[in-house]
Amino acid sequence: MATVTRTPAGAAAARTLSKEEILRYSRHLIMPEVGMEGQLKLARAKVLMIGAGGLGAPLGMYLAAAGVGRLGIVDFDVVDFTNLQRQVTFSTSDVGRPKLDAAKDRLSGLNPKIQIDTYTTRLTSQNALELFRDYDIIVDGTDNFPTRYLVNDACVLLGKPNVYGSIFRFEGQATIFNYPGGPCYRCLYPEPPPPGLVPSCAEGGVLGVLPGIVGSIQAMETIKLILGTGQPLAGRLLLFDALAMNFRELRLRKNPACPVCGLNPTVRELIDYEEFCGIRGEETPANAAGIPEITSRELKARLDRGDDLFILDVRETHEYQICNLNGHLIPLGELTRRVHELDSSREIVAHCRSGKRSADAVQFLLQAGFRKIWNLKGGILAWSDEVDPSVPKY
Amino acid sequence: MPIKLEIPTALRPFAGKQASIEFNASTVGEALRSLTTTYADLRKHLYTDDGRIRSFVNIYVNDEDIRYLEKENTPIKDGDTISIVPSIAGGRYR
Repeated sequence: MATVTRTPAGAAAARTLSKEEILRYSRHLIMPEVGMEGQLKLARAKVLMIGAGGLGAPLGMYLAAAGVGRLGIVDFDVVDFTNLQRQVTFSTSDVGRPKLDAAKDRLSGLNPKIQIDTYTTRLTSQNALELFRDYDIIVDGTDNFPTRYLVNDACVLLGKPNVYGSIFRFEGQATIFNYPGGPCYRCLYPEPPPPGLVPSCAEGGVLGVLPGIVGSIQAMETIKLILGTGQPLAGRLLLFDALAMNFRELRLRKNPACPVCGLNPTVRELIDYEEFCGIRGEETPANAAGIPEITSRELKARLDRGDDLFILDVRETHEYQICNLNGHLIPLGELTRRVHELDSSREIVAHCRSGKRSADAVQFLLQAGFRKIWNLKGGILAWSDEVDPSVPKY
Repeated sequence: MPIKLEIPTALRPFAGKQASIEFNASTVGEALRSLTTTYADLRKHLYTDDGRIRSFVNIYVNDEDIRYLEKENTPIKDGDTISIVPSIAGGRYR
């Protein structure tokens, strides 16, 4: 259920800047590229941010600081301790609070003069069009493929630009989709990757400052769109490699056969994006595929009994250093090459952090002819919860 | 000077952890086949079972998408850069 809270601000209609605002924004006003006219454009602008996480943190703060008159934010999530490594809008004391409560406090503290509308709801095909309608620009700071496609399609159907940013580990992408005459997300990626093929931040990790940089780029592009200045990233995909510290640009073309924004669009309304991304039916854990499993407690009992079990750890070396069960380490990406290190006559229990990568490993080994193989359900996290709390969780 | 093939972060674990590899090849298809022969683990990430490039992976020669050139037959010359650009969403995969 959406809850909308509004922080009132001055009426937008015949808008002038107060003396206080002139002082607040003086560093904008003394630039000819902004000036009074530009600052008033910012004051009249209505921007909707999807996501108040890693990308949303710098984005929200810089849009609020710049004086965007109406800022909407959509996020249903609660601040988690692991968020603090990168979601710099929040404080340690915010852990457990809804993200939007914490974000509203922070942003209205930074700039009490703007209107901040929070929508504590999941964005869905049922609410997206209505939510987007009132806003001029949509900024996509989300963290999953179904929502990316949903945001894109809604922007195309409503004719709104979509300021896009995405990250993985230490690389990022940014562009503006659906700029008039420009490509949309589906022009670039007509289909999402099947689930499991692309790791998430929890599995792949991310340098905390990376979404800080990409989110700031999104804020910059949003402000340029509002001001009508500079060259927007429309039609260009900015690729950023933080380790090499280089930026590259690739040309994005509008696809005339695009099902959403092409010459003969077949998608004229929002669809079921979870189904589109192959996730429908994946909400329950992987054992629909019949992967043999063993729980942490069962494993502990068997080890205590003296059973001769071979523990295979398919995580990465740096994870092994955080904590381990003394398993034999073969990172999942190397399993194909190193399968000869395993003895199929032995009973093998495969584990990873949470049980997903090891499920893939077990599936692979079953196909390779191994018969005495089990996946440790819930991974080393479950071991810490159920058997040995001294094992750190990460 | 041969051509350079840029490997995106997500695929580096399957390409011997390299960010960039040099090849001699005259078309994009040849360069990718060379790549997936040397690094067999990459094949399933780049190609479907029936041998087509996966639709969530884009291939560029310099700054142009090969879908708008000659796809895998796009000729390449010394000094060109081939980029593999998969879609990334960041955050949680659900």
